[in-house]
This record gives sequence, C-alpha cells and structure tokens, in this order.
Amino acid sequence: MSHDPAIRTGEHFLNGDEACAEGALACGCRFFAGYPITPATEIAETMSRRLPEVGGVYIQMEDELASMNAILGASSAGVKAMTSTSGPGFSLMMENIGLGIMMEIPCVVVNIQRGGPSTGLPTMVGQQDMMQARWGSHGDYEMIALCPWSPQEMFDFAIRAFNLSEKYRIPVLIMADEVVGHMTEKVVIPPKEEIIRLYRKKPQVPSNEYIMYETNGSLVPPMANAGDGYKVITTGLTHNEQGYPDMTAEAHEKLITRLCNKILLNKADIVEVEERELSDAEVVVVAYGSPARSAVLAIKKAREQGIKAGLLRLRTVWPFPEAEILKLAKQAKTIIVPEINKGQIVREIERCAKGNCEVILISKLALIHTPDEILEVIKNRRL
Amino acid sequence: MTNLVDIPKVNAKNMTEKEFFYGHKACAGCGGSVAVRLALKVLGERTYTALPAGCMSAVGFIYPQMAFNTNAVITTFPGSASMASGIAAGAKALGQKDVKTVVFAGDGGTADIGFQALSGMIDRNDDVLYICYDNEAYMNTGIQKSGLTPYGTKTTTTPAGKNIPGTVTHKKNLFEIIAAHDIAYAATASIGYPQDYLNKVNKAKHIKGATFIHVYASCPTGWGTPTETSIEIAKDAVDCGLIFLAEFEDGEYKLNRNPKEFAPVKDYLKKQGRFKHMTDEDMDVVIENRDRKWSRMRKQWL
Repeated sequence: MSHDPAIRTGEHFLNGDEACAEGALACGCRFFAGYPITPATEIAETMSRRLPEVGGVYIQMEDELASMNAILGASSAGVKAMTSTSGPGFSLMMENIGLGIMMEIPCVVVNIQRGGPSTGLPTMVGQQDMMQARWGSHGDYEMIALCPWSPQEMFDFAIRAFNLSEKYRIPVLIMADEVVGHMTEKVVIPPKEEIIRLYRKKPQVPSNEYIMYETNGSLVPPMANAGDGYKVITTGLTHNEQGYPDMTAEAHEKLITRLCNKILLNKADIVEVEERELSDAEVVVVAYGSPARSAVLAIKKAREQGIKAGLLRLRTVWPFPEAEILKLAKQAKTIIVPEINKGQIVREIERCAKGNCEVILISKLALIHTPDEILEVIKNRRL
Repeated sequence: MTNLVDIPKVNAKNMTEKEFFYGHKACAGCGGSVAVRLALKVLGERTYTALPAGCMSAVGFIYPQMAFNTNAVITTFPGSASMASGIAAGAKALGQKDVKTVVFAGDGGTADIGFQALSGMIDRNDDVLYICYDNEAYMNTGIQKSGLTPYGTKTTTTPAGKNIPGTVTHKKNLFEIIAAHDIAYAATASIGYPQDYLNKVNKAKHIKGATFIHVYASCPTGWGTPTETSIEIAKDAVDCGLIFLAEFEDGEYKLNRNPKEFAPVKDYLKKQGRFKHMTDEDMDVVIENRDRKWSRMRKQWL
C-alpha cells in the first residue's frame, strides 16, 4: 500500500469539521478558499494546515462572494475545490452558487448551520437553511444537498459530495449543523484503494470538434478544463450547446430543463436514506442531521413500551426522497419530523405524504431535541 | 470645510468624564475596546454607532452588559459603511444637525469584506466617521489572517511550519488606499499614542462628510503578549516604524512623527507569540519592507 499524505488511513478522534476536511483531501480536493465564520472555521483552519502538506493550495479570501467565485475558478482549471461557511456567508454565496449551476462547474460547499436569520446564534445549532439550500439562488434549478449526522459521515459525505459534483457537474452542498460540526467522535479513514474518487468526464473529440455543452444523449456534457487545449467559453447567461449566449425562450426551456433533469432523472443514484425498524412501523420519525441521533434512542424506548416505531433518516435531502416518503405515508399512521427550525423539511414531507397519514412537526430552535421530547410526541400521537 | 485651526485640542482637562463604552466583555488588555472608548469620549452621546460582526460587537452587546451608552447597531459583516451612509442620510432628512455617525470596524471588516461599502461611502462623501481598529487578524473567530495581517504572522489559517512561514503577504496599505479616494480627512493612529488619536477623532468630528481613522489596537489574545503591555506594545509598533502616524488633509499627506532613528524591529517582534517562529531572514524581510515604505513616504510627503 503506497503512502499518500493526503489520506490518513486509520482510526482518528476528530470533530466533524476536521473530518470533513480530511474527507475532501482523501477525495482529491487540492484547493480551498477560506473565510472565517463560526462554527465552520475549523474546516478552513484544517485545510490551511493540511493542503500545503499535500501540494494543494489554501487561500484566504476577502469574503464569501470571493470564496465561492474562487472555487468555481479553481474547478474550471481542473482542480477539485471546496469552501465552507455558515448562515451569513451562505447567504453571500448564493448568486455564485447559481453561476456554478448554470455553468455546470463541479465543487463542494459546506454549510455548518447555526441559528439565523442574520447573525443569529453563531455558536448554536440550526437547521434553518434547508430551504435556502434548495431555493436560495434565483431561478429554477435542482440541487444536491447531503445531511451528515456524525463526524464519520462528515468524512464520508465529503467524498460523496465531490463524487456527485464531478459526476453531475454541479455545486454540491453538505448541509451539516453545528452539533455535527463540533462533535468529536471516532472517524475511520479507509485505505486509499477503498476510496472511490470520481473525476469529471473529459471530452474525447479533437479540439476543433469540441462543443462545450454537447451532451450526445446523456444529460451531463463532458468538461474540458481551462488549459486542456479546448476552446472553453461559458457564461451565466442562458446559452446554447456551444456555450454562446442565446436569449430565446427555446434555448432557456432546453437548458433549464436539462439542468433540472440531470438531477431529477438520476435520483436513484443520488438519493440515500437509512431505514431503522420500518418493516412494521406505525409511527415513523423522519429526521436528518443531529436530531436523527436523538430519534434513534426515542424509537428504541418506544419499542420497549410496545409502540411500533421506526426511523427514516434522510442522508440526502435534495433532491427530495419523494417516493420513499409516499411509500412510508401509505404504511404508517403517523410521521413525526423533528427539525431545528420552524418547520422546513416537514412541508416537503406533507407534500409527498399526499394526505395518507398524519404529519407532526417537532420544532425546536438552537438546541437538539432530547430523545424524550421525541418519545413524548410518539406516545401522545392521536392516530 | 470647517476651519481646523478653530478646533480646540482635546486633553485630559477638557475631556468629559462620561463614559459611552464600558462594562463590556472584552479580553483583558484589549486594544480595540480602548480605541472605541476613547473615540466615543470625544464624539459624545449624540453619536450613532454602527459595527459589523467582530470583536467590539461581540463583547459590547451581551445582555445585560450592553456596553454602548450611545445608539448602536450591529450590521452585517460587509454592511457597516452602507448602513452608516443610510443613518447619516436619515439624520439629514430629519434635520438633525448635532449628531455624528461613526463606524467601528476591525481590520477584516474594513480591509476585506467591508471594503466595497467603505469605498462607496467615501465616494459619496457621506457624513460618516469610519474608524478601523486594527488588531491585524480576525480575532473574534479565533485569529485568522486578514488583509491587514503583516508578513510573518502566525494565524490559524496561515500556520507557520516547514511548508510556509506564516503569513506570506504584507499588510495592505489601507491609509493610502483610502486617501486615494480624495477623502476630506484620513489619519492613522495608535492606542499607544492616545493624545494623537483623540485629536484626530476630534478633527474628524468637526468635518462634514466622509472621514477615516485607521487606529492600531493591540490584542494580547491574538498576539501572544502580556495583557498589561497592550499600550506599550502599540507604542513600540510606532517607535520601530512598522506603524506610522500620518494624516491626509486637503489632498496633502502629512507625517506626524518622523523619527531620526527607529527602535529595533526585532525587539518588537520577539515580544510577541505570533512572531516567535520567525527567523532572522524573515525579520529582515519585515525591516526591508519598512525601509522601502519610509523612504517613499519621506520622499513624497515631506
């Protein structure tokens, strides 16, 4: 086994932010554009220390607009690139995230969610940016957002996020929360050989035949990096296959539909959920991120009291696991949704349940739910 | 413009005993809080204060220890200068004549994320005094490099080790960037020379339109210095020539202190944990850069 300083194979005791940085490095990320913000700063700090050790580049930007732009630029040049932030910085990134979607540039953005809006609660947990992750930039698009619940998943999902972004040519969001970011746990980093590391599909035609956004029946065009010898022309304006601006209704319809479809028609590959005790469940907790950890104990206690309880954990939140929720809604009498917000993903669940079962939100702000708070709602449900 | 000759000098005798910034939760020896406290003593209670996210907003707004005795607002990180522009315009629309709008922002909030807003504020000549308290890194989030972090500094995002020697860029020349806007009044200052700082704030107070003061403010937590040496070290920085005291007024630069000899730079650097790792060669880079800057300033400004 060859030694690669970017992959610290073995068992570690890391917090989620550090694990996320290690996952990115293990997947080949060699550029990070950083800007300090609580509670995501440790990702930037880890990358600033680790990237020079592995021949990568860390640069400190002047704000989050710059961070987001810099990773789009670095990725266009062919380097796997990442940035991290929290609420206020995430808001500043929105326009440039849209640019990345429109130009189809792979990159990874990590949001360690804290309480908002505005400065809110910098040091306390939130899941209040979940809809912003979906709709924060203007226009129509589909998004990929992963929700880790542990430092181990911060590592694993960093790899998965890069692979999905390279495969589908889209900025991928890791929507973690402060508890997961700052929690310290065992993280196992596998040997290099066991880590899947995808890289964007490159054009196979001679440079004079290259058409920037030609898909040839697939939904994701091959990507030439700047400097590969291909003519790379791209813009945030609505463009045709050549990459040239084409401000017509037809071009817009065609482009936006493909950008949406490349995600929607690949949901089977992108969407991941974890099921626990669902086979006979009558009451199901649907959760993501840190509240899902409390839900594990809540359903165990409920089972001990003779209640048929289960858990569906959303590892992918965007695109939304619509089919999984509808199936569950037809089986269960009640779905309970603990969220650290005033009710965001619960709306999606209500939409997908199509009235087949009762849907109850447990809203909590700034703190994670205790298992007993979830258990209480499981026990007191009406149906 | 106000005739500056008529402005009385501020001194211990004529300065108010009232406090407008007290009871805050800043670290012991915080230079930024000294800069805010002194400025507000000159500006007085008819002051609208705007601060971005940063140390002073973090330590000044912890209920029940609400440290500002003036009106004060925490803006977004990039937005203080624009918010202040709006406040000043609002005051003007209401016909308020005895008020002053002031921004207190750190080095990151000024030279990095808040720079665009500041530039616009000066361009429009909005009636705002913008004070940048410069502790040479993002201290509130735990010591990360900013555009005003000097060469060689170890921060948590410019770690010093065998691959990089800490911060590899020099401090932005913020004062001259601001002056290049043809601003009515700009000055540099240090909390190590409080009298000079107070009089610069007083001058800015009496000028209608955009004014700017860049005040050097020590940070024991981020610099690795004893808390009781904060004022001394802010004076040392000036005495060794790494920080200069100057003004820009009526389109002219003025050096307020032009010492024949500088105190040793290496003594200043060696006192601080953030520079501990620096080799003699690294320190020579700092000295060369200082000398280049001073020779240009002396040639052009004197």
